[in-house]
Amino acid sequence: MGAIQEEYYRGVRMVPYDLVKELFIGLAGVGVLTLLAALILSSPDVAPVTIANWAQSDPVDFVTTATGELAGSTTSAGYGDPYNTAGEGQSWGPIAPQRWFGTRIPVDSANAFVIQPLQRASVGNSEVASALDAWQKATADQQTKWLDAYTKVLPDAKVTDGKVVVADGDYGPLPVMMSNLLGVAQAGGLDGLLVISGRFYQTDYTQPLLFIGDGGYFPGLADQAHLTGSQWGMMNETGSYPGQTWLWLYTTWYQVWPFTSESGFLGLNASNADLGIIILMTVLTAALALVPFIPGLRDIPRWVPVHRVIWRRYYAPRKG
Amino acid sequence: MAARSSVEMEASTDSKSWTLRLRQAIDRHLPMDHLLPDRQPYYVGSWVYVFGVVTIAALVWVVVSGVALSFMGPQWWHDSRLGRFVNSLHFWSVQLFFVFMVLHLWGQYFMAGWRHGRAATWMIGVVIFAVSILTAFTGYLSQQNFDAQFIGVNAKDAMNSAGIGAFFNVLNFGQMYGLHIMLLPIGVTILVVLHIVMVRTRGVVKPIDDEGGARP
Repeated sequence: MGAIQEEYYRGVRMVPYDLVKELFIGLAGVGVLTLLAALILSSPDVAPVTIANWAQSDPVDFVTTATGELAGSTTSAGYGDPYNTAGEGQSWGPIAPQRWFGTRIPVDSANAFVIQPLQRASVGNSEVASALDAWQKATADQQTKWLDAYTKVLPDAKVTDGKVVVADGDYGPLPVMMSNLLGVAQAGGLDGLLVISGRFYQTDYTQPLLFIGDGGYFPGLADQAHLTGSQWGMMNETGSYPGQTWLWLYTTWYQVWPFTSESGFLGLNASNADLGIIILMTVLTAALALVPFIPGLRDIPRWVPVHRVIWRRYYAPRKG
Repeated sequence: MAARSSVEMEASTDSKSWTLRLRQAIDRHLPMDHLLPDRQPYYVGSWVYVFGVVTIAALVWVVVSGVALSFMGPQWWHDSRLGRFVNSLHFWSVQLFFVFMVLHLWGQYFMAGWRHGRAATWMIGVVIFAVSILTAFTGYLSQQNFDAQFIGVNAKDAMNSAGIGAFFNVLNFGQMYGLHIMLLPIGVTILVVLHIVMVRTRGVVKPIDDEGGARP
């Protein structure tokens, strides 16, 4: 026995023990449990939402979202860093890490999700080309007027043969642009157009996911599957499968004051809940790591007699 | 012949030899009967001690099933029944890994396992827990299904608010997948080996008594 343990265990009665056998029994036991769970319960795999699914299932929501991208009113359009400078991002007093690192993943929602795909679709399509030309030559004021008018009538839009039909009005080239964008999306073209970046291979889905996230269709599906934040979504997967249950404490903070409140406490509220909760969890994780050095926290095991159950053989009254 | 032996002896006892120093340090701190003990103090008889071993056992199944999944590529398990089964093994072994790890953590807390010079062992354990959460998170993001999409779209706000999102883009499948199958599992494995070496070096902690309280 080495010097450290020899001294530490001096006078302690040692008994036979088989570590390797215990490890092999553990491997077999856990293996059987895993095998049974896999055979009986399988694992969740609900197909991803494509932009084509979205445009086919809810054309009005798709067109409303695309119009919002042009108007700069969607979440991604006004997000701020790391995608653009349109929003302030979250901060807590002088603590504003979202701004500190700047726009490292640039996304121009109107151009990326609407104008550029339409430019590609305009090849050989004079109707789209002239609509785009009219849009780009119009003044910002004129564009805003068209967008306001079109946005107002979209809630009452009807879907006919997969196309979005709105009441007559002065919307400039918007109906043509949106009709063609919807057509490209329904055919599956937009799924590809939003991931190409001048390279053949790619693995970055930032743009299509931001666009899908801006709509109402995708969060609606998540709500039905009980995945949203207010439904303890982090803990769930689709179906009845457990999610990241180990994040229970992190998720809990999103359900309680001050992170659910508009007014909040000490500047922490619903609008900067993400930042506040990340800071809180970082502090709590550091505290967990430093438990051995924190008086009170490190003494609880002495006060709570769980150890007397664990080491009952040691604490049992000695016979004779 | 005698002269040659004396030269060899001289070289092997040279106190400046890094190799010799390393071997002596290992012999001193972690001899084989510490690494693979066949005797333990009589009070090591609770089920609590099993949680550490079964956490390692679950990690072995996580790695084995994960290696099979990564070898066949990220699309495989969506299209193949065998792939779906291997993914299920991976999914449930991860769930068991976390259950056992949390039980191990609580067990060690109520045993005040950091006492008598074991604070670093506890701290490395907490780091393993945190890195494992990050590894599992990148796994959920790499599923290429509806869950992965929704977790990514939601989690980006927390990551971005903390400035992490500028470097750790949860919507970039390639980055998440690379981290999940390579860097983070290597990190967890190295930390677990370090944790085990620290546990085996000092041995299991003695029961709580008044001597020394719960100080490290």
